[in-house]
Parts: sequence; C-alpha cells; structure tokens
Amino acid sequence: MPSSERIARCFAACKEAGRPALIAYLTAGDPEPGRTAEIALALERGGADILELGVPFSDPIADGPVIQRASDRALKAGASVERVLDAAREIRARSEMPMILFSYLNPLLRYGFEKLCADAREAGIDGCLFTDLSVEEAADTVETMRQAGLDTVFLAAPTSTERRLKLVADYSTGFVYVVSRTGVTGEQAQVAGGVDGLVSSLRKLTSLPLAVGFGISKREHVEAVGSYADGVVIGSAVMRVVEQHGAAADLEQHVEQFFKELAGRA
Amino acid sequence: MTETPQTPDARGHFGPYGGRYVPETLMAPLEEIEHAFYEARQDAEFQAELKDLLKNFAGRPTPLYEAKRLSAELGGARIFIKREDLLHTGAHKINNCLGQILLARRMGKKRIIAETGAGQHGVATATVCALFGLECVVYMGEEDMRRQRLNVFRMRLLGARVESVTTGSRTLKDAVSEAMRDWVTNISTTHYLLGSALGAHPYPMMVREFHRCTGDEARQQMLERTGALPNTVIACVGGGSNAIGIFTAFVPDERVKLVGVEAGGRGLALGEHAARFAGGAPGVLQGAFSYLLQDGDGQVSLTHSVSAGLDYALVGPEHAWLHDQGRAEYVNATDAEALAAARTLARTEGIIPALESSHAVAEALKRAPQAKGEVLLVNLSGRGDKDTDIYRENFPELDNPDAK
Repeated sequence: MPSSERIARCFAACKEAGRPALIAYLTAGDPEPGRTAEIALALERGGADILELGVPFSDPIADGPVIQRASDRALKAGASVERVLDAAREIRARSEMPMILFSYLNPLLRYGFEKLCADAREAGIDGCLFTDLSVEEAADTVETMRQAGLDTVFLAAPTSTERRLKLVADYSTGFVYVVSRTGVTGEQAQVAGGVDGLVSSLRKLTSLPLAVGFGISKREHVEAVGSYADGVVIGSAVMRVVEQHGAAADLEQHVEQFFKELAGRA
Repeated sequence: MTETPQTPDARGHFGPYGGRYVPETLMAPLEEIEHAFYEARQDAEFQAELKDLLKNFAGRPTPLYEAKRLSAELGGARIFIKREDLLHTGAHKINNCLGQILLARRMGKKRIIAETGAGQHGVATATVCALFGLECVVYMGEEDMRRQRLNVFRMRLLGARVESVTTGSRTLKDAVSEAMRDWVTNISTTHYLLGSALGAHPYPMMVREFHRCTGDEARQQMLERTGALPNTVIACVGGGSNAIGIFTAFVPDERVKLVGVEAGGRGLALGEHAARFAGGAPGVLQGAFSYLLQDGDGQVSLTHSVSAGLDYALVGPEHAWLHDQGRAEYVNATDAEALAAARTLARTEGIIPALESSHAVAEALKRAPQAKGEVLLVNLSGRGDKDTDIYRENFPELDNPDAK
C-alpha cells in the first residue's frame, strides 16, 4: 500500500508558506483515554500541523519526568494500544492533520506488529516512530510498515556518526526526527547549540524534511530552530499544560491557547 | 579470555534475542564500547592488569568447596560449592566491575554510573571507582535501599553517591531506567557500568566474558578434585550474570546439565514473582529482546522477590537462547524455599549465603536426595551479610534469648 503522503504534503505546504511545520507530541490517554481526540483537535486549532500520538509505556527510558508522569497517568487511566488507535480513528474522522504513532516497541510487539501496522493505517495513522528501535534492528519492522503504507521516521542524534546518519536517512521516509541534544525529553531554557550543524550534515545526505525536537518549549525556540529546520517538535511543554490543567473542564482551551502562543498566533 | 563457543552475531543477537533496542543517541556510544572491548581483548597489557587485579585485589581463584555435611544430610548427590561469595566485596560482581573500569579508563571516561538491586553491584562499582579515583553515582530503587541498608552505607563509605529512584516499582528496573537517562545525558564523560548480562549489545556478551572466569576455574577444579565433570551446574538467575559466568565453560559439555533458578517469589501469579521463563513472553526492555514479564498490553509487570538482586522483569538474552535451545533448564524457587535453604546451608556448612544465591541452594536441596552417585555444582554467587536484616525479619524466633 502506498503511503498516504499526508506528511510529505504537509511539509511541502509549510515550506511554501515559508514557515516550519509545527509538530505536537501528545501522550495518548492523559488525563484519560476519552479526551485524547479533543486535546489533539485543540492542538490543531492552536496551529499544530502534525500530531505525534504517544503510546504510553511503563518504562520510558528516553523520556524526562514530564512525559514519564504523563505516561503513568495515562496507564492508570486505562490507556492501551487499542484505545490509542480508537483516539486516532476519532481524530481522523474530523481532521486531515497527519498523524505519527510515537511509541516504545514492546506494547506494539505485544499487540502483534503486523496487525498493529494494518490497524494503525486503517485508523488514519500516517507513519511511525519508535524511540527504542535502532536502524540495526529495523529491517523487518520497516518492511512491514512500508507494506502497510506507513511512513517510517527515525531519530538522528548529536552522537550519530556520519555512517549512522546515512543509515538513519536511508531508513526514514516522511521526515527525519533530529534530536537536538544528548539527553531525555524535556523543556530547557535554551535549545542546545550545534543542532544547526547536525541539520546541515543531514541535508547533505537526504532530501527528506528535517524536524528538530527535544527541549523546545517557547515561541523564541520555535523561531530559532524554524530558521534552519523544516519542522519543530514540541512535546514536554504540551504535556506540562495537560498536567497542570488535566482536571479542568476547559483543558482543551488551555492547550489551544498554549499552542497558539508557540505558533505565534496568539 | 579465550574464544567462546556461543558467540552472538555481529549485532549482538543470541538467536533472536539480545540486539540493540535503544534510542539513537546511545548507538554510537555502544559501538565505542564494543570497539574498546574487542581491542582490549587483544591487548596483552590490559589482560595482564585485569588478571593481576582479579588475583591480588579480588581474590581469584575462588575455592571449590565440597559440602560434605550438607551432602550427607540430604543422602544423595555430592554437592560442590563454587565460593564466589569469598571474593572481595562479597559477590561475583567484582569480576565484571574490574573489567569494565579498566575499559572505562581506556576510553578516557571520568565518571561512572551504575544501577544496583541488592546493592552488591553498587558496592563493587563504588569499590573499583575508589580504586581508580573516579567519580561514582549509583542508582538504586527506594524500595531496594530500604531492603539493603547496609550496602547503601557501604557505597557511601566508599565515596559513591547513591541516588534514590522513586519511579515505578522503585526497584532494579527503575534504577536501570534512571541510569540510562543519566547516561544518555552525560554520554561524553560517563561510562555506564552495567552490572548484569542485560541491556543492549555489547553488554550481555561483555559482562559474560568478564565473569566466565568463574566457570573456567570451576571446570578445572572439578576435574582436578573428582576426575570428572559435574552432572549438574546450578546458579540463580536475575539478569543472569553469575549464571552465565559459571555456565559458559560447560556449554560445550553436552552431558552437563545447566540449571538456572529464578525467583518464584510468593507464587506464580503475575506481579508476585520474577520467574520470566515461567510467566513471561519475549519482549523488549531497556535495550534487549528477551523473556519479559508483561501484561496483555505489553506493559512491563511489577515483580516480587525477597531477594532484590533477582527482582527484575527481563532475563539476560543469552539465557533466553540457552532456554529455547534446550541447553539450559530454568526453574524457580519461592521466597520461603530460598530462606529455608539459607538457614540449612548456614547450619550444616557454616556458610550464610546471599538471598540470591540461596535460590540456587534451594534447587540443590530439591535435587540432591534423588541424585545419588551424581555431582552437583552450585555457584554461591554472594555472601549473606547484606541480607541480615531480611533474615532477621523472617526468622524472628532467632532474636529470642533462648533461640537455637
């Protein structure tokens, strides 16, 4: 099955508009599975171009405290792969925003990887990014995802050697996710130096769009990173808003307002 | 270190198990460690320094002791005990720590981090850091810090910082996650001195190689003492480092049965034990693909064992492969069986074992009566001083003035 090309079209449209694509990460199921679709649509109204729908996992080794807590809350509230796909289906019924499934591998292996890919595509998911799937282990999974018509997004890191960057570029479709710094996910006062260099190294290896994430939480970060990257990922900052207002009936408004500020639309 | 019969493939797979399931940021550093390890293996100076430290600092070779009173009491097999408990710091963990600290120095790392469950690996890491003057941070679950207070103090006395981990079940698994997060953040200065045959390649292979001296010695000692190989080799399996350490030399000896003993905890309901082969299914946790205790949604289960060192949801990947090939058998011993075995060994042989090792002793107690004419070799991976608090909790009658 060919890819939906929603991701490619979205990056092309943003490029045409002369701005980076804004990619919002959302831990599905926080504060409860039934609210995920509404929060996602609030992000879109706030200016998100692409949604990373995070599957919560009990042992998120790549995540900092904010997303760890979000995952804990989601799991306590009954989140599961099935309910994440339910949320995706609900979002897709109401929006054409590209969606990436963002997950640690184990819950998907347990679900059954082939079934996952088929069900994800059917639910309206356009691509997948697996935090703990190195390209070395990815041959079979990438084949299965491609057959299901899913884009395969991989991480490039500041520690990646040139040989590894090539592999990452070769295995990726849709875009490459450039990790801005060594470390776990989480907001920082400043975006790490040197990430522009990593972006230009990757430019020489691939024509895919390059999106930068980790540590981006403010409008000024979005502007700075957006000057050299094709996309900007905002994750922990979104989940902090969900954490702060999770119990409130107007959570969605808070999320929308926060993202509008990031998007420069406030 | 000689060639090993069972070598993982170039990407660290034992059959389908093992591999490298980590975020990209850690991939190049893992390649660097692998490269440094292979180089060091060929370096006579490195090998000589390690050999000297193992002998003169750690106390190798360790004795092979025939437990005659215990054997007579059980009335069956002859039981031999490999005394890794007599090593400096009180457990086998020091073998791997000495190897990895030399490797860290070779890679120019100034800061060492580690996870610990029972605290034995933390103490061994703190020890080698003191020996080489390197900064040491040990991650330990809050629950394990409570269970193993003595080891927390020992680490601090040795100059290490012990970071209490308060996420998840507050045990070994959560300590590993925190150590991985620290490592990914401080990668340029820091070596992660992983303490079991777990995690992403090259750790399972490298940790095995640093521990295989146990089996190499024991095999030679058995031949010298009895003129034959043992019928059965028994070791406890948490991550599986002491077990793979003693098994490796015997893997090619097909007639020698290899038995790994997991923590049966309070029983075999999910969450009550750490018997991955009894209740788990293949999955990915913290860098490796292996048998994992998980629920129907692929979330990692909580585990329980009276012994902090066996209380972990994933088994080392080489054990998964030995299991699937039928080369090793994996059984489990409950908390109660391990505690009873510790008391039996203490009273028949004057050896107080670590709670982890008590699981292996418990299996020997089960097998010996039916194994007349056979020889059982038990790896006693650690001594029980650190478990005194838990033994006291479980044997309150011994605190009575008239106790016996």
